Amino acid sequence: MKNFGYTLQPDRQIDFDRNERRVLDYLKEWEPSVNQCVACGSCTATCSAGQFSDFNIRSVQTFLRRGEVNKLKTEIRKCMFCGKCQLVCPRGVNMRNLILSLHNAIERLGI
Amino acid sequence: MTFNLFVLPFSIGLIYVLFAIGIRFYRWIKALNPEDRYKFFRGLRSTALFSALKEVFMESLLHRKMFKKNALLGYMHMSFALGWLLLIIGGNMESRIYSGFYINPPYYPIFLKFFIHDKRVLPFEIFTVPGFFRFTMDLFLVFVLSGVALALFKRSKSKFFGIKKSAQLQLTDKVAMTCLWLIFPFRLLAECFTVGFYGGGGFITQHLGNLLVSITPLPAPVIAYGFWWSYSFVLGIFFVMLPYTRFMHIFAEVLLIFFRNFGIKTKVNYSSVSDVEVHSCSRCGVCIDVCQFSMATETRNMQSVYFIRAVRDQHVREKPALQCMICGRCQEACPVGVHIDDLRLLNRKETYGKHLADFSYLPRQVSLNQQAEVVYFAGCMTHLTPLTHRAMTSILEKAGINYIFLDKDASVCCGRPMMLAGKKAQAEEMIRHNKNLILATKARTLVTSCPICHRIFKEEYNLPIRIVHHSQYLLELVKQGRLPLQSYHHSVVYHDPCELGRHAGVYNEPRELISKVADLIPASREKEDALCCGGSLGTFTASEEERSAITKNALESLLANKPDYLVTSCPACKKTFSRFSEVQVMDIAEIIDDAIPVQIVREKVTSKAEENVTTLQD
Repeated sequence: MKNFGYTLQPDRQIDFDRNERRVLDYLKEWEPSVNQCVACGSCTATCSAGQFSDFNIRSVQTFLRRGEVNKLKTEIRKCMFCGKCQLVCPRGVNMRNLILSLHNAIERLGI
Repeated sequence: MTFNLFVLPFSIGLIYVLFAIGIRFYRWIKALNPEDRYKFFRGLRSTALFSALKEVFMESLLHRKMFKKNALLGYMHMSFALGWLLLIIGGNMESRIYSGFYINPPYYPIFLKFFIHDKRVLPFEIFTVPGFFRFTMDLFLVFVLSGVALALFKRSKSKFFGIKKSAQLQLTDKVAMTCLWLIFPFRLLAECFTVGFYGGGGFITQHLGNLLVSITPLPAPVIAYGFWWSYSFVLGIFFVMLPYTRFMHIFAEVLLIFFRNFGIKTKVNYSSVSDVEVHSCSRCGVCIDVCQFSMATETRNMQSVYFIRAVRDQHVREKPALQCMICGRCQEACPVGVHIDDLRLLNRKETYGKHLADFSYLPRQVSLNQQAEVVYFAGCMTHLTPLTHRAMTSILEKAGINYIFLDKDASVCCGRPMMLAGKKAQAEEMIRHNKNLILATKARTLVTSCPICHRIFKEEYNLPIRIVHHSQYLLELVKQGRLPLQSYHHSVVYHDPCELGRHAGVYNEPRELISKVADLIPASREKEDALCCGGSLGTFTASEEERSAITKNALESLLANKPDYLVTSCPACKKTFSRFSEVQVMDIAEIIDDAIPVQIVREKVTSKAEENVTTLQD
């Protein structure tokens, strides 16, 4: 094939067939409401920890779906469990159990 | 004749149960930490011993708290406990007087009517009224049998005993309970057939015995012998099973009462005291009916009776254990006084206490330029109900209080929600941060709008200053004449938040405060019996549907008398109720702020507060 000097960009897409899905699967079993999230960001807007740090529950959801477990591991330690996110969530995601189950998943799956 | 083979099952059972309980008690006391062990042995030699013995008599024998709940239920428990003890004491006295021996084998009084048939010939007759024991022992037996009859009746008609749902029992519990119920009918029949043949019975056993002997085709002594064997056998089985079933509570509760009277409590870890508490649970099931999950949902496996049993059997299941709202209703109702909330949090601590937390992002040093008399900490939840803290700051301005609004811009959580996840150590960093901030204000009073914060400030912060909830503080200001109020004739119902009511005992101040500005009307359940709003931070696994059902359950009780307003003093309750309530939900600070007459305020307030007043008027 003739080389025109153009190449494809390296693939930046995350391969959802190959990423780490164990944590998400664990969450689906222990806190099924994780699937109700519409990423509106209300939780992040009201977050107590977020007032002092870059902690962002909405991005926790993203990391969870992408299987970025190392980021998850350090991020969830910042949560204060105050529960404001849960009271403002328009979708009824059980946020405090979501974070608690994430801690459990990481511990129990040996990540 | 003072021995027969049939006494063996009873005797073996008795030796076994005494041995097993002796070992348990020895281990429990030995496992106490040195300080508690000292308290225990010092308590035995102090006047606290008498209060402990009195409580044992009132609760373990008379079952006073059970009577309070329901008279039939109380009588049933009393007839078993007190009746059986009286039978044992009476039997021992009787056997000693009638046999002439002062030391008898333990089975002798139990089977006395088998060994002594004609008690008219008595060596010690001079000391006793003839027929006294025959009469009293029959009376005691009838007393216990009435309890057995009630227990059988309760199986099918528990509603007469004030119980809607009773605890689902394990097979071992059922077997032991059946043995317990059979003990006394077997004794009655054995005695009836014996005295019907030989004579010497009391008012029940003699008449019933004569009747039974007259209608039976078999020789009475043979039938009697069969019943003596059965009596001994069920006693033996009951005794052997006792340490492994709910009936261990009979003995564990006595030790628990001693611990309680000597000031020995569960501290930071699951200890010997906690284990005694767990074994003191009689599985009476009182906690099932008071649990809102039983009232409003179909949940059947998380109530405290099942949780405590799971702790005892060491297989606590996570989801049900995490479903409890730690509202404290079952703890309030528990006739044994088990600290259920503490046991639940200890269990969570064992499971989740090792999770890591990282609060290094919090500023290490706090700097505060301002100092004041009063420090106001609204709390996380109050920032979600801004009308509450707006009302509070407005009132503080109007009353001319020198105060600091500590968490006006950004608040670090008080740490209680973290502790409700069993993560006490992880909450330390937040506690340290807030504590430093509070101390830096040099204030002498800490006022908070959130009952959750209020509780942890009191229990864990060790602050050298006064800690009050805003409902208490506002009442103080009113009483000092710093807040002129005008009364409106709105009818208002007050909701007791769990953490402020049952957990902190603040019931009267909010009510007194409300009655100064409105007509307070009662809810169908209030104070100790108040319901949780469903917004609890204690539960982790309750679903949205279950929470909503609980909110509606609480609203039903609150709105029973058709109030104009629903007033509470917890931001989380307010937020939760607002979703479903038909009437307007307000915080207690809001109705107080509304009741301060504008004219009077205008004369007093600073310019800043005037802005607040005008915005409120708008």
